[in-house]
Amino acid sequence: MHAYKLRLLAIALALTGTGAALVAQHNTAQDIDDGGRVYRNTCANCHGPDGNEVAGIDLGRSVFKRAKTDQDLVQIIRSGVPGTGMPASDMPVAQAEQIVAYLRSVAASKRSATASGDVDRGNGLFHGKGACATCHRVDGVGARLGPDLSEIGRLRRAIELETSLVDPGKEILYTNRMYKVVTKDGVTVTGHLLNLDSFTVQMLDTKEQLRSFEKANLRDYGIVDVSPMPSYKEKLNAQELADVVSYLVSLKGKVTP
Amino acid sequence: MNVRRAFVATWVASLAGAAVLSAQQVTWDRLQHPEKEPQNWLSYSQNLFNQRFSPLTQITPANAKNLELQWVWQSKSLEKFEATALVVDGVLYTLQGPPAQGVYEVVALDGATGRPFWTVEYRPALEARPCCGRVSRGLAILGDTLYMGTIDAHLVAIDAKTGKILWDHTVEKVGDKAIEKYAITHAPVVIKDKIVVGIAGGDLGVRGFICAFDAKTGKELWRTYTIPAKGEPGNETWSGDSWKTGGAGVWNSGAYDAETNLVFFGTGNPAPDWDGRERLGDNLYSDSVLALDADTGKLKWHYQFTPHDEVDYDSTQVPVLADIQWQGKPRKVMLWANRNGLAYVLDRTTGEFLIGKPYVKVTWMDGFDPKGRPIRIPGQVPTLEGSLIRPHVLGATNWAPPSFSARTGLFYVAGWENSGTIAVEGKFPGAAGIPNGTPMGQATLTPNYKKEEEGFGFIRALDPHGLTRKWEYKMNDITWAGVMTTASDVLFGGGKEGYLLALDARNGDLLWKIALGGQINAGPMTYAVNGKQYVTVAAGSSLFAFATR
Repeated sequence: MHAYKLRLLAIALALTGTGAALVAQHNTAQDIDDGGRVYRNTCANCHGPDGNEVAGIDLGRSVFKRAKTDQDLVQIIRSGVPGTGMPASDMPVAQAEQIVAYLRSVAASKRSATASGDVDRGNGLFHGKGACATCHRVDGVGARLGPDLSEIGRLRRAIELETSLVDPGKEILYTNRMYKVVTKDGVTVTGHLLNLDSFTVQMLDTKEQLRSFEKANLRDYGIVDVSPMPSYKEKLNAQELADVVSYLVSLKGKVTP
Repeated sequence: MNVRRAFVATWVASLAGAAVLSAQQVTWDRLQHPEKEPQNWLSYSQNLFNQRFSPLTQITPANAKNLELQWVWQSKSLEKFEATALVVDGVLYTLQGPPAQGVYEVVALDGATGRPFWTVEYRPALEARPCCGRVSRGLAILGDTLYMGTIDAHLVAIDAKTGKILWDHTVEKVGDKAIEKYAITHAPVVIKDKIVVGIAGGDLGVRGFICAFDAKTGKELWRTYTIPAKGEPGNETWSGDSWKTGGAGVWNSGAYDAETNLVFFGTGNPAPDWDGRERLGDNLYSDSVLALDADTGKLKWHYQFTPHDEVDYDSTQVPVLADIQWQGKPRKVMLWANRNGLAYVLDRTTGEFLIGKPYVKVTWMDGFDPKGRPIRIPGQVPTLEGSLIRPHVLGATNWAPPSFSARTGLFYVAGWENSGTIAVEGKFPGAAGIPNGTPMGQATLTPNYKKEEEGFGFIRALDPHGLTRKWEYKMNDITWAGVMTTASDVLFGGGKEGYLLALDARNGDLLWKIALGGQINAGPMTYAVNGKQYVTVAAGSSLFAFATR
């Protein structure tokens, strides 16, 4: 995973223009990672996870209305654009630079080729052949063991979703890790890791029960490094994959009553 | 790769049974029969009768001296921590109110270790301005969903397994105006498939109401105003248009009686608080208990504790229901120790007044007429110069929940005697520069300088028959802490001094105490995990858990 991020950074550095490099050259893989997190929390609501949901702007392809350099982008992120929906923020320069580094890395990576999928067919596959709801939940339907996907289309780019489907183990967020314990009487319990400290561990087990264990009472325990999610590379054909990705991209969260 | 395939195979196999996940859901049946699962605490006051009585017996009068700290959970908010936790099968759920411009913290903790499963934050609207504290008194649970009322008058549903917010319903919009600040500060009440809440803001000129929502969707099903509209019976008890902003807010949990399908809520003071000239009349249904049909919200009966209140005697104490022997016959009653200094026994099916009697020194009334209306003492009203009226503005008790033990047959009330306090026309005494002697609870400890004759706190045990006092435990300072009793006759309480107390429920003897370093402004509760009984209480801005060694 570390090597993957470094590779992303190398590509980002290689592909950014001279003006862009003024910012990007000082950024690490961690900066890009952090920038992505801030982008998803702060910017994706309007710009979308792929950065192309505001007319005339495609952040992921370096298509901007006003900005020419990275400094311009940092300035716009902090000052906003008067008269438009882009607000000013009190974000520190360093954080704005991380967002820019992230956007440059996105521009340098490939886009999903699956935009041509059908949302309704994807929905059918998700709940049918793919059996995704066995682990994942959408708008209160399905299991809670994997990440809740009700808003995944707001948080993740199509290419990231596609990657997760064909190579689920490639990147597992800390918050989605699995944990396994073996009690002193030999009972194995596996679950979604919720919290870990020096003496105890908390998880949501496979029966969806909140469980807490004191390590002193366990025979064995540890983080499970492999993803419990099967690869869909062979299970779904290219069109089906595209359909599921399109369905996931369409999940933007439910409007509350 | 082989390891991975094997793991995935095991995982998928383990999921075969995971689709049926309802085994531990909190069903309506479970909520109606908490006596079948003494290890849990499924609703705000343990049962729907609000008795705050636990069937657990591991902690006894003999071994309470061995109680010791097990764990602490610290909130980031320094607001008063008033919530009573819920415990479901070893998982403890609680919440703390938001600091100014801050967020609610809702947590799921391991009941044995206090370690968090999840935390979720909720940010109320910046316009929210509850009159009397940015607090929450608790959560409710039904199925796998927790319910929270907020100070910006939202009802929020949270997945109990993950902490994910499922829906967020605006019960009433909190606007930019300085008045009409709607809020929800109490633990919602679950009735069948409905979530019932009342709206606070009586001091800020709202017209109070109680409303029910579909537990699944958050859709509003019924709404009953606590002040009748023009043309409805009772509206004539308000002069002019005063009913439109007459208060009668609801800011504490209700009780439910399945036999009559009635839900009971207490209502708050009429507004403006200390000046009745603008709202002549009895001001129905302020300072009352309302019995509503749980399916429709229709008013079945009411009893008004303090007609035309000018001293702020909110009747938002938690209604306590009990089945007792009354004059030699079984009777279904409601027990109520009111802020106005009087304790009551009412027939909960009909609302009939059975008995009322002061449980502290009372100077505003003397006796009742045959229908249970208090007979006022002339002149005992707020004046421009200030009048000595007992109890004082903050009452003889306030919102802190009482307890009833069917074992001892006693009704336990936390409150205070407060001599030397004054009511001022149109003003809160403190605002008029008059020391009121019983300041509102804060999270931190505050000095106390009073002599006993100037006021003291207590826990008193009342016998519903004749409302006689069986015993009292005195505290130097007052108390905003609730009380709880157990089937082993241990009573837990506390106070503003920050002591958690274990008393013998039969005679009030002090069994054990510990100083927790912050005010106790919540009700203690108890539960068991892996066969071990715990007692928790919030003090300062932290939640403490104790068990015997």
